[in-house]
Amino acid sequence: MLRPTDAWLRGLSLLVFFSLWQLAALWVNKPLLPAPSVVLVSLWRELTEGSLLHHLGVTLARVAVSFVIAMALGTALGIVMGRNRRADAAMDSLLVLALNIPALVTIILCYIWFGLTEAAAVTAVALNKIPTVVVTVREGARAVDRQLMEVAGVYRVPPLRTLIQVYLPQLFPYVMAAARGGLALIWKIVLVVELLGRSDGVGFQLGTFFQFFDITGILAYTLAFAAVVLGVEAALMRPLERRLTRWRL
Amino acid sequence: MNHLDVNIRRKRYAGAGAAAVETLRFSAFPGEFVAIVGPSGAGKSTLLNIISGLDRDLDGEVQVDGQPLHPGGATPVRIGFVFQEPRLMPWLTVLDNLLLVLDKEPQSVARCRHLLSEVGLAEVEHAFPSQLSGGMQRRVALARAFAVRPELLLMDEPFLSLDAPTAARLRDLLLTLWGELRPTVLFVTHHLREALALAERVLFLSRGPGRVVLEVPVHLARPRQLDDASVGELHDRLLAQYPDLLSGLVEPDSQPESDVGDSGRRVFQPLKTVP
Repeated sequence: MLRPTDAWLRGLSLLVFFSLWQLAALWVNKPLLPAPSVVLVSLWRELTEGSLLHHLGVTLARVAVSFVIAMALGTALGIVMGRNRRADAAMDSLLVLALNIPALVTIILCYIWFGLTEAAAVTAVALNKIPTVVVTVREGARAVDRQLMEVAGVYRVPPLRTLIQVYLPQLFPYVMAAARGGLALIWKIVLVVELLGRSDGVGFQLGTFFQFFDITGILAYTLAFAAVVLGVEAALMRPLERRLTRWRL
Repeated sequence: MNHLDVNIRRKRYAGAGAAAVETLRFSAFPGEFVAIVGPSGAGKSTLLNIISGLDRDLDGEVQVDGQPLHPGGATPVRIGFVFQEPRLMPWLTVLDNLLLVLDKEPQSVARCRHLLSEVGLAEVEHAFPSQLSGGMQRRVALARAFAVRPELLLMDEPFLSLDAPTAARLRDLLLTLWGELRPTVLFVTHHLREALALAERVLFLSRGPGRVVLEVPVHLARPRQLDDASVGELHDRLLAQYPDLLSGLVEPDSQPESDVGDSGRRVFQPLKTVP
């Protein structure tokens, strides 16, 4: 459970942030830094009359699909590399390479090779995320407790049950860490992908605002986006983590 | 389960120079409680890992009624294993830890509950292992081993590092459960009194590579405790005759009490037998 003081502190930090922003805007007093009040009004207008919800929805869908693909493939590959020394040796240099290729390169190449399509966009995002998932999950697979696996072996626990009740729970903290870092990274890359090659989504809208120097619009979209991220974290990630780690005291 | 025959000609770990176990042979009767005592490095844990099927890389056989205990596929014998540490899954409740090792049958839950009440843990079936004391965790591990209705129960110094009263309670519990289900028990320990108090027969291993150097039938009346006079007397007599027994050394001698058995090992002849 979230303790009341925790919730209060979270709220307070947001309040302090917005107050500082408002003060700075008053001080600067230029259209380059609109005050939060102005941005909030613009956000409300975009929400009720504009197309913010549509673009936000499209972006969320892209984030969700690439996230699921990256987590599934990254976790599977991480387990294989953590368990099998040969697979690890064979793929490690490729992994280092993949980790260090700039996101922009992957995105541009995907668009050139597969066209300006939805599939190319999602592939580019997933490809950027998979290596970091692999690295984290591989650590987890290496840290699996052999003694507990022996228990499953001696008592001849069926393979699927061993996977679900003995193996994966040990991997869970690592998968969770990869998921959290993963979401943060994927949000950012999806926007770049949308800016470069899609005609909808938050990234596309930000590009349009940029061309018109509409700073209020940019900040309004950013705020909406930040609210969604905080919501996903609070409504999905934290409850999931609490539920799966309640055995820890 | 019936007659267990262990015949390990040689077991050597990859990269290790000397063998861990060599020419180690013994048998156990159905339902017999056999203790295995030996110094550190005698290969006691290796022996249990081999018998349990965890370690199959060896020159030798483990057989039940002349059939391999671990053929290619399913092992025909139900095996329980109590490790030195409780080795419970921390993310499963006490009850789920027991259910993990059982087939999904309708009566499994009832059997687990019954066992948990027998070991005095009925109230904590929904607790997680981290909420239990060390002694309670061992009781869960014991209940888990008996939950599979083992025909062969392997125990690797299961009561190590427990305080004396807790260990005594767990020993009583073990004997009660053994009496009910009568699995063949192989109980590894380096605690001589514990072996004498629990077992019907004690096998002493040499220093590594381990082999059986002495076999002691224990015909003392049950129930018996570690500090019983009869246990103490057998303990003292054994050590008087074989001062280096616990280091794995049995000097060849011609004492009337000992006899060379058919397997080349000495068999200790007890003075008193209780029918």
